[in-house]
Amino acid sequence: MTAVPILTAHDVNIFYGSKQAVKNVHLEVQRGSVNALIGPSGCGKTTFLRAINRMHDLTPGARVTGKILLDGEDVYGPGVDPVNMRRRVGMVFQKPNPFPTMSVFDNVVSGLKLAGIRDNKRLMEVAERSLRGAALWEEVKDRLKTPATGLSGGQQQRLCIARALAVEPEILLMDEPTSALDPASTAKIEDLMSELKKVTTIIIVTHNMHQAARVSGTTSFFLNGDLVEHGVTDQIFTSPRDERTEAYVTGRFG
Amino acid sequence: MIEPARRPPSRGALSSQGDRVFQILILALASIIVLIFLLSLYQLGRESLPALQRFGFRFFTERTWNPVAGTYGAATMIMGTLLTSLVALLISVPLAVASALFVAEYAPKWLANPVGYLIELLAAVPSVVYGLWALFVIAPILGKWQTAFFLNPDNVGTITRCNELWASQQTNLQCFFVPSGAGGRGLALAIIILTVMILPYTASVARDVIRLVPADQREAMYALGATKWEVISRAILPYARAGILGGVILALGRALGETLAVAMVIGDSQEILKSLWGNASTMASVIANQFGDAQETIHRSSVVALGLSLFFLSVIVNYVARLIIARLTPKGIQ
Repeated sequence: MTAVPILTAHDVNIFYGSKQAVKNVHLEVQRGSVNALIGPSGCGKTTFLRAINRMHDLTPGARVTGKILLDGEDVYGPGVDPVNMRRRVGMVFQKPNPFPTMSVFDNVVSGLKLAGIRDNKRLMEVAERSLRGAALWEEVKDRLKTPATGLSGGQQQRLCIARALAVEPEILLMDEPTSALDPASTAKIEDLMSELKKVTTIIIVTHNMHQAARVSGTTSFFLNGDLVEHGVTDQIFTSPRDERTEAYVTGRFG
Repeated sequence: MIEPARRPPSRGALSSQGDRVFQILILALASIIVLIFLLSLYQLGRESLPALQRFGFRFFTERTWNPVAGTYGAATMIMGTLLTSLVALLISVPLAVASALFVAEYAPKWLANPVGYLIELLAAVPSVVYGLWALFVIAPILGKWQTAFFLNPDNVGTITRCNELWASQQTNLQCFFVPSGAGGRGLALAIIILTVMILPYTASVARDVIRLVPADQREAMYALGATKWEVISRAILPYARAGILGGVILALGRALGETLAVAMVIGDSQEILKSLWGNASTMASVIANQFGDAQETIHRSSVVALGLSLFFLSVIVNYVARLIIARLTPKGIQ
């Protein structure tokens, strides 16, 4: 018997106006896994990722059909408030985007403050736990009250991860989280992911196939809006079933 | 076969000569601006010297401005300028930021563009038109209310009390809000007109900086489970605050220096500020109203000294504003 997947996508189609960016995607993601979405630019992997926490609601003309179930609940179901849904899903963006007018501490707890938590002791506990979770605590524990923008780019991105972790998301979406970082910072975040999957489930969009191979347990290959192949990462990279996947992972295009 | 790289014909001498000519030209044009600035400062200083020598620092603290008696003190006008400008700013900034948020964040495109254009158009209306509008439209409305206040028997006591106070060149908080005349002109009308006149400066700057807030700042807040209002209040406005303040300073500069419209509606009284509804004057309005009539050297010099004070007031306000903006500007964003 297999566990109930944390995320199920069923026949998901995404449109920008009349242009279809994602076609009939079926996908299951297991709890506590790291799942990589790979594919060439414009293949729909980021578009699909942003459908999971309803970010497309903010884009005029964008439309999502089909079902996305988060822990069995339809993300797009009638009566579902996107604001509440987003609280259950964490997101880390391409470029580090801490809030520049807030301190390190205020950045980490900004999600908790949105949820109405004001108790300083509780905020401090969560901040420390989240910063430790993002492997940043030792570096910033003495400057929690200084502006977040004083940190280096790699630290800022780990701060954004801590900010996402603070609300204990059921699933963490990462949209090319290392594409703006140097190799050393990238390595730190990749190491971090194997720790993170103990507390949450990760879906990571990446351009970097080596990164996908290093960090993920399962990989989904997107091409022109289709989910071409989904499977265990080793199998996708060593013995893909689809010849398009093979062409991509062996570097013949993209 | 690859062709050997051919060196481009030398044009070094020619272009460096052109560069030098351009450099000198630019330097000359830039110096003209500095020169004009220094020259006007010198002229202001020279012409206001007699007044400043006669009255010294008391020119800024003395409340009497009486050409007949030959006594000139700018305190009342400085107060008038600060009061009208700051109150107008206080009223117009929330309106301007609200309109900027509406245009940038809430209105659909077909509505946002015309509304934004109309707000900017407010800045294109000539001062004199604002002045006429205030005199013909707003003043009668205020006058009607003031007349009703005087005719109300319940107010007789208050009016008598305040009249006595005013006669002894004093006022208090209650009397400051009691009308001292029924003409509609005065401090309040100047504040109303300034509020409308400076609104477009803050509004259009605020709208532009709000639109420039990066999408990933908004998305970061949305992704944490924020409502639209929370995104605006916690991500967009903090990010844009320095820029918005820049617009506020622009508006304040405009308000401090606004001359014609204020001179038309404020009532041109150099007595102490008795009432919000009473006649008053600002530094700029006194310059406009009295410069032509100032025959005596000391009168003329005092009027110029007002100009010099206004000049320094603006410089100080701008300098402080720059300090604040520098502090508020988000730094080090990747």
